[in-house]
Amino acid sequence: MAALTDNTVRTTSRRIIGDEMIVFILMTAVLAIVPMTGIYPYFVMQGLCFALLACAFNLLLGYGGLLSFGHAMFLGTAGYVCAHALKVWGFPPELGIVAGVVAAALLSIVTGVVAIRRQGIYFAMITLALAQLLYFIYLQTPFTHGEDGIQGVPQGKMFGVLDLSHPDTLYYVVLGGFLFGFLAIYRAINSPFGEVLKAIRENEQRAISLGYKTDQYKLLAYILSGTLAGLAGSLKVLVAQNASLTDVHWTMSGEIVLMTLVGGLGTVFGPVAGAFAIIAMQQYLAGFGQWVTVIQGVIFVVCVLTFRRGVVGEIAHYFKRSL
Amino acid sequence: MTNEFILETHGLTKEFAGFVAVRDVGLRVRRGSIHALIGPNGAGKTTCFNLLTKFLKPSAGKIFYNGRDITARAPADVARLGLVRSFQISAVFPHLTALENVRVALQRQHGHSFDFWRSKSVLDRFNGRALELLDEVGLSEFAKTPAVEMPYGRKRALEIATTLALDPEMMLLDEPMAGMGHEDIDRIAALIKRISAKYTILMVEHNLNVVASLSDIITVLTRGHVLAEGNYADLTKDERVREAYLGAGHG
Repeated sequence: MAALTDNTVRTTSRRIIGDEMIVFILMTAVLAIVPMTGIYPYFVMQGLCFALLACAFNLLLGYGGLLSFGHAMFLGTAGYVCAHALKVWGFPPELGIVAGVVAAALLSIVTGVVAIRRQGIYFAMITLALAQLLYFIYLQTPFTHGEDGIQGVPQGKMFGVLDLSHPDTLYYVVLGGFLFGFLAIYRAINSPFGEVLKAIRENEQRAISLGYKTDQYKLLAYILSGTLAGLAGSLKVLVAQNASLTDVHWTMSGEIVLMTLVGGLGTVFGPVAGAFAIIAMQQYLAGFGQWVTVIQGVIFVVCVLTFRRGVVGEIAHYFKRSL
Repeated sequence: MTNEFILETHGLTKEFAGFVAVRDVGLRVRRGSIHALIGPNGAGKTTCFNLLTKFLKPSAGKIFYNGRDITARAPADVARLGLVRSFQISAVFPHLTALENVRVALQRQHGHSFDFWRSKSVLDRFNGRALELLDEVGLSEFAKTPAVEMPYGRKRALEIATTLALDPEMMLLDEPMAGMGHEDIDRIAALIKRISAKYTILMVEHNLNVVASLSDIITVLTRGHVLAEGNYADLTKDERVREAYLGAGHG
């Protein structure tokens, strides 16, 4: 793991806060003016959902050193529960989002307790197995409608006033959700808990010898990551108005890993950049059909071979900054 | 009730798939002493060490710390009782600064370690104590340097400062001088001597000059069992000890 996480070289903490603040303000400003630019908002909203998902994944791998290969289960579970709550139970959107997030949180507690005892490849394999298990459950249970998925999910009025069927309103609600999740992750990374988490990633044996029960910290990181991935899943339902098996499939878990690595593992903004890069690729290369997967594969190989720190990681390294 | 011996083992044994690495070791470490564990390569020193700190489970035998049976405790629990170890390969958190390294140890005892919603600036209140500890091991100037950029000898000193932050009763040092040059050895030896006024120290060490000048009592291990015990002067006269060392190619 050490080789993968060498993005985190820190110099003095004052300057870092400055850099990160500037980039955050720039990012927020750019995202805030999107509806006025004529860029297809659906594309950006989808990007925001994946960006949040990749950020949540990065909290676990980049800062906790744990490679989950089943993160799609949180995205998909939150999506199904949120879609079902909106369509069948007639929940207002804010409660639908909460229902999805709570479902993902519960799922992360259960799967976390099972998976966290193992490390490295074994942890990845257990999370993959659990995600596959869920995939087959969702394929069979009636409420998910199997191959069809839950279609035509009503968007409704958030808090009774914000009409989400209006594209601009929906955009700002999704942006708000993304920023909330992004800042929550940023805070977790820079909290007393985050310090312990980094210490465990850097040298778990030493952390144990200092009296830390490291499994408990890793479990908390896993639960936070799963819960926020669930937020991404709920938001995605409001955007796409459907929940389908695609979001719980293992290829989705793979894509999350890809987004995070391309953007820069263990960097604050890397997963955002990575998610948009991958989404843009799928969008603009759609004409190549199945070849998109091949192109993605090639990009991934090139990324690992030549700029292992990811796009943002390489930039940060070049300027000796932390981003 | 305070025992004369802070750490005791009875019949401590560790087998790895038929190979007995540590055999029936009875060790008694006197409170306030510097106790050294020496022996040729493969004598079982590090295994013994890992057993004491619970990083390995003994196959047989018991370990008592302050009269309390700790044989079945988890490593993190043992650390919380005040028995803290160092590692043979310098164990620092490389991408944290020296100050942050020490702070991670301080923050555990004072709570907040699960607080993911707070800013880490709440940890700033440990900075004073952390700087004091860094000063104690002569690292004040490195406070803001990431550990990975510090010279090797300084990393070992940082490790000691981090251990001291836990305010342990007893420290177990696994080859504190391994891989160091003269100057570093002198500095760390002086440091160990100084901190031994407050703590009991058990160390594994290859450098016999260091062992001779620092230790109050020395236990010699060969092939997993205790060969002899005593102070340096007595042991140098012991025929069996000389043989064990000469036989293993030391001089």
